[in-house]
Amino acid sequence: MSEAVDYQKISGNGLWTNNPALVQLLGLCPLLAVTGSVVNALGLGLATLMVLTCSNITVSLIRKTVSDAVRLPAFVMIIATLTTCIELLMRAYTFELYTILGIFIPLIVTNCAILGRADAFASKNKVFPSFVDGLMMGLGFMAVLLAIGAVRELLGSGTLFANMHLLFGDMARGWVITPFENYPGFLVAVLPPGAFIVTGFLIALKNLIDARIEKRRAILKTKPIKGSKRVRTTGAVN
Amino acid sequence: MLGASISKNGILLTLFALITATVLASTFLMTREQISESERRAQQRALFEIIPEQRHDNDLLEDVIPVPLDAWAQLGLRDAHHIHLARQGGEVIGAIIPSVAPDGYSGDIRMIVGVNKDLSIAGVRVLNHRETPGLGDKVDLSRSDWILDFDGTSLTEPAPSRWEVRKDGGDFDQFTGATITPRAVVRQVRRTLAFATTHQALLFPDTQISETEETEQ
Repeated sequence: MSEAVDYQKISGNGLWTNNPALVQLLGLCPLLAVTGSVVNALGLGLATLMVLTCSNITVSLIRKTVSDAVRLPAFVMIIATLTTCIELLMRAYTFELYTILGIFIPLIVTNCAILGRADAFASKNKVFPSFVDGLMMGLGFMAVLLAIGAVRELLGSGTLFANMHLLFGDMARGWVITPFENYPGFLVAVLPPGAFIVTGFLIALKNLIDARIEKRRAILKTKPIKGSKRVRTTGAVN
Repeated sequence: MLGASISKNGILLTLFALITATVLASTFLMTREQISESERRAQQRALFEIIPEQRHDNDLLEDVIPVPLDAWAQLGLRDAHHIHLARQGGEVIGAIIPSVAPDGYSGDIRMIVGVNKDLSIAGVRVLNHRETPGLGDKVDLSRSDWILDFDGTSLTEPAPSRWEVRKDGGDFDQFTGATITPRAVVRQVRRTLAFATTHQALLFPDTQISETEETEQ
């Protein structure tokens, strides 16, 4: 590759501009199903992050050996293998979380975000950029899972970080925060409709922030024309 | 040309399948022991909650008898399950019976019911359910203490006719907004106790033996 890889752009893409959950709207099924609490969201987020990063690396490594005709079956095979490995590991070391997340761990295979990144990015790029892309997309996905999980847990059951010992062992038992004593619970937030509503609000929030940034950028762009002389004297301006 | 491409791709995919299968097999072998250990521990934890370690001196996980075929329907079971026996000095002091309430709000509620030698309840735990979060899931100990109400009850205490939720004229609380789930659990626990009563000889052979010995003397 002649031009330098723009890691900042890759990261920005995964975390924000092209966020798999908020913009591409991929992998919504697990996103909506397991975000009832922070610990569930983190568990599935980490598993997806691992699979996505490893599959991006592997796909990038083999991108020159695999012909176009068989590339999709090969990618699916890689992703399925990695997912099963993660599933076995979770079953071995975080058994309770495994039983809670249940079917959604094997279903990581069907998360289109993973095959999408393998095909759209990793199959065309070198190993390291692919690794960064997988990591950032995974982190972006996980961040959204965590945000929805936190909102739903707080609204639904009035706690935050409950049951974190499922993931971090006994030392995490005290991490639970209960902001309101005797919170009656808000059922809709725990049920699937709550996931849709919270996701909708998050997407709206992202669009709102994007619109703000866009507005500010537009103002900045028009400014230099007015006061261009003064600005130029102080040094470089983008 | 086409043939060459097909065989090339075929070989490539076969190679791939071989590699991925190897990776899978080795991960499986690497984690196999840890997985069975984790499963064992999870199971043990549930059993110990009902009959604590101090009360027995045998291996609860290993000391099992199969559920008799004629009792499968009564316990709501569709396949073979085991009853765990707790012994103290060789004598059975309690049995942990698998039981499934088939009439939960959304499907089966899988439980284990611990029965003491005197046919009182040592404890009930829900292992697996799909009840409505926030409503029916209060039968789960991690959500509410409701399930502990069974501790110490038996078919005589409360009287058999009182083995219902309050709404049906019984002694057991239902939850606000959810009657079906607790009703299913209460009725299934009652059925499990009935099973323990009719199968007393099978579960607690020692009592039976000592009685027959007494009659012989």
